[in-house]
Amino acid sequence: MAEVLVLVDSANGTVKKSTLELLTAARALGEPSAVVIGAPGTAAALTAKLAEYGAAKIYVAESPEVDDYLVAPKAEVLAQIASTATPAAILVASTAENKEIAARTAFKLDSGFLADAVEISATGSTKQSIFGGAVTVTSKVAKGVPVISLRANSVAATAEPAAGEEVAVTVTLSDAAKSSKVLERVEEAKGSRPSLQDASVIVSGGRGVGSGENFSVVEQVADSIGAAVGASRAATDAGWVPHQMQVGQTGVTVSPQLYIALGISGAIQHRAGMQTSKTIVAVNKDPEAPIFELADFGVVGDLFTVAPQLADEVSKRKG
Amino acid sequence: MNIVVLMKQVPDTYAERKLQAADNTLDRDASDAVINEIDEYAIEEGLLLKEAHGGEVTILTMGPDRATESLRKALSMGADKAVHVLDDALHGSCAITTAKVLAKALATIEYDLVIAGSEATDSRLSVIPALVAEALGTAQLSGARKVTVEGSTVTIERATDTGFDRIQGTSPAVVSVVEKINEPRYPSFKGIMAAKSKPVTTLTLADLGIAADEVGLAASTTTVESFEEAPPRAAGTVVKDEGAGGSAIAEYLANKKLI
Ligand SMILES: Cc1cc2nc3c(=O)[nH]c(=O)nc-3n(C[C@H](O)[C@H](O)[C@H](O)COP(=O)(O)OP(=O)(O)OC[C@H]3O[C@@H](n4cnc5c(N)ncnc54)[C@H](O)[C@@H]3O)c2cc1C
Ligand SMILES: Nc1ncnc2c1ncn2[C@@H]1O[C@H](COP(=O)(O)O)[C@@H](O)[C@H]1O
Repeated sequence: MAEVLVLVDSANGTVKKSTLELLTAARALGEPSAVVIGAPGTAAALTAKLAEYGAAKIYVAESPEVDDYLVAPKAEVLAQIASTATPAAILVASTAENKEIAARTAFKLDSGFLADAVEISATGSTKQSIFGGAVTVTSKVAKGVPVISLRANSVAATAEPAAGEEVAVTVTLSDAAKSSKVLERVEEAKGSRPSLQDASVIVSGGRGVGSGENFSVVEQVADSIGAAVGASRAATDAGWVPHQMQVGQTGVTVSPQLYIALGISGAIQHRAGMQTSKTIVAVNKDPEAPIFELADFGVVGDLFTVAPQLADEVSKRKG
Repeated sequence: MNIVVLMKQVPDTYAERKLQAADNTLDRDASDAVINEIDEYAIEEGLLLKEAHGGEVTILTMGPDRATESLRKALSMGADKAVHVLDDALHGSCAITTAKVLAKALATIEYDLVIAGSEATDSRLSVIPALVAEALGTAQLSGARKVTVEGSTVTIERATDTGFDRIQGTSPAVVSVVEKINEPRYPSFKGIMAAKSKPVTTLTLADLGIAADEVGLAASTTTVESFEEAPPRAAGTVVKDEGAGGSAIAEYLANKKLI
């Protein structure tokens, strides 16, 4: 059976949920091979989990250099592995960086890249949701190895233990791959909540929240459900919360099981980033707010009374 | 410092967008067309850098005939000239082809920096800047919320999941910008008048030395096999809070087994 390369995302020694979803999706296409690209020592903490979720092989491409430059090294390594493994497909999770890696890999392999799939069939064709969810297209890569990015939460990750045989890959980077140097990575405040990209539930606040301190109302609801916290651009621009919490066209595009919008009007650029959420709940004091056109369940009211009650009620039901 | 801004004309996101059944491509005539919103920020950044460092701003677009309207608007904001890659054979080109064509067109212009938007509202790919950097073999400085140029060194702040990265490259580099970076200017009356006489060069595939069968729908690396309108979202329930709005949401979520 042909291999299917899965680019592994991890944070602090833990495999991201989106990677486990990819390993699950990969089984329909062939035999999953995980690809770990990172600084020396990255793979050790990840291999057990990768094997548990079906990685028959784990390519370990470790080098002190790969993380020192943006995107290009990973594309080069992925293309290099693909040229010998001749995989049936290459899968990455849909994040900004991974899409760039995937596109550059496809360029090098003279094949095609399909972005933001929500479904991958056994033949390698994909479904994508476009125009803010109004249209679903079925696409395929016309030549070469299909390189596909899959949206988080498109499939449910299930364990299916496999051998997880490690294959060491020697990394030698071209000069071109070293043209964008990472001078520093700055971590801005980050709590213990799930990351937006991966979360199956997201609670977002907008201008209606009114201030940074008031965001505790949004966080309270999020923590009661175990959700990630998001925001509209109005809230990130005002500096109430960091910009990486922005959901929307120029922020993160999410597709969680549940999206709760508190004090967000539902501008088209915000909708572009959350419209394909499975269930949408909105609280807004303006009955005319466009967010209600999308909402499966909406409450016209003041978020400062509705949200705390919701958080209390959820906590109570959890017992 | 000479700057090329990559600008794409896209259907207005406020209008209904459609694919055409004949070849499953975007119907670019069906709705109003505008400058891709984020590309206005790219143009603004180009103009700001020109004001600080001197040089010229050239707008480069690949798109159908009507993209000239958008080029004129970009020129009225203050760009100096424009290059329009225009050829019917380009219809249906995939991202990789588009990047290759843009790279070829860039070779006809003298530049130190390429600035693009981070994402087009029609394709929503966010990969053209990375692909252009790949095609040119230059630095990819994408997702910038801040750009600093010192001599031939270009440094950006790239927003990430957990904060930001500071990334540095040497010109000629490809930068893409997010909307946090600036506030685009409106064209002035003087700018609009001046734009009418600014040069727009049209390049065909022949001018770029590209064969027609290397581009377009037939050569696309990806194919849309079919499409369907997604069933409209079932109308939801909207209730007015009369003291139990929060509990009503909890009840709804519990019924759907979401909590
Ligand atoms: C190029 C570009 C890119 C953009 N990208 C994004 C993006 O990625 N993400 C994004 O979100 N936006 C984006 N925007 C901005 C977008 O157009 C909107 O301005 C923004 O989404 C508005 O945020 P909001 O809904 O929080 O604020 P508003 O539109 O001001 O809405 C606030 C809402 O809160 C309600 N409200 C107020 N007080 C209360 C209360 N006490 N209780 C309940 N409800 C209350 C009001 O009725 C109102 O509906 C972009 C814009 C541009 C031009
Ligand atoms: N046909 C095109 N002509 C010029 N620039 C383009 C074209 N397509 C994409 N771009 C640039 O690339 C950016 C990202 O586009 P995309 O990768 O399609 O989301 C846009 O914001 C533009 O700056």
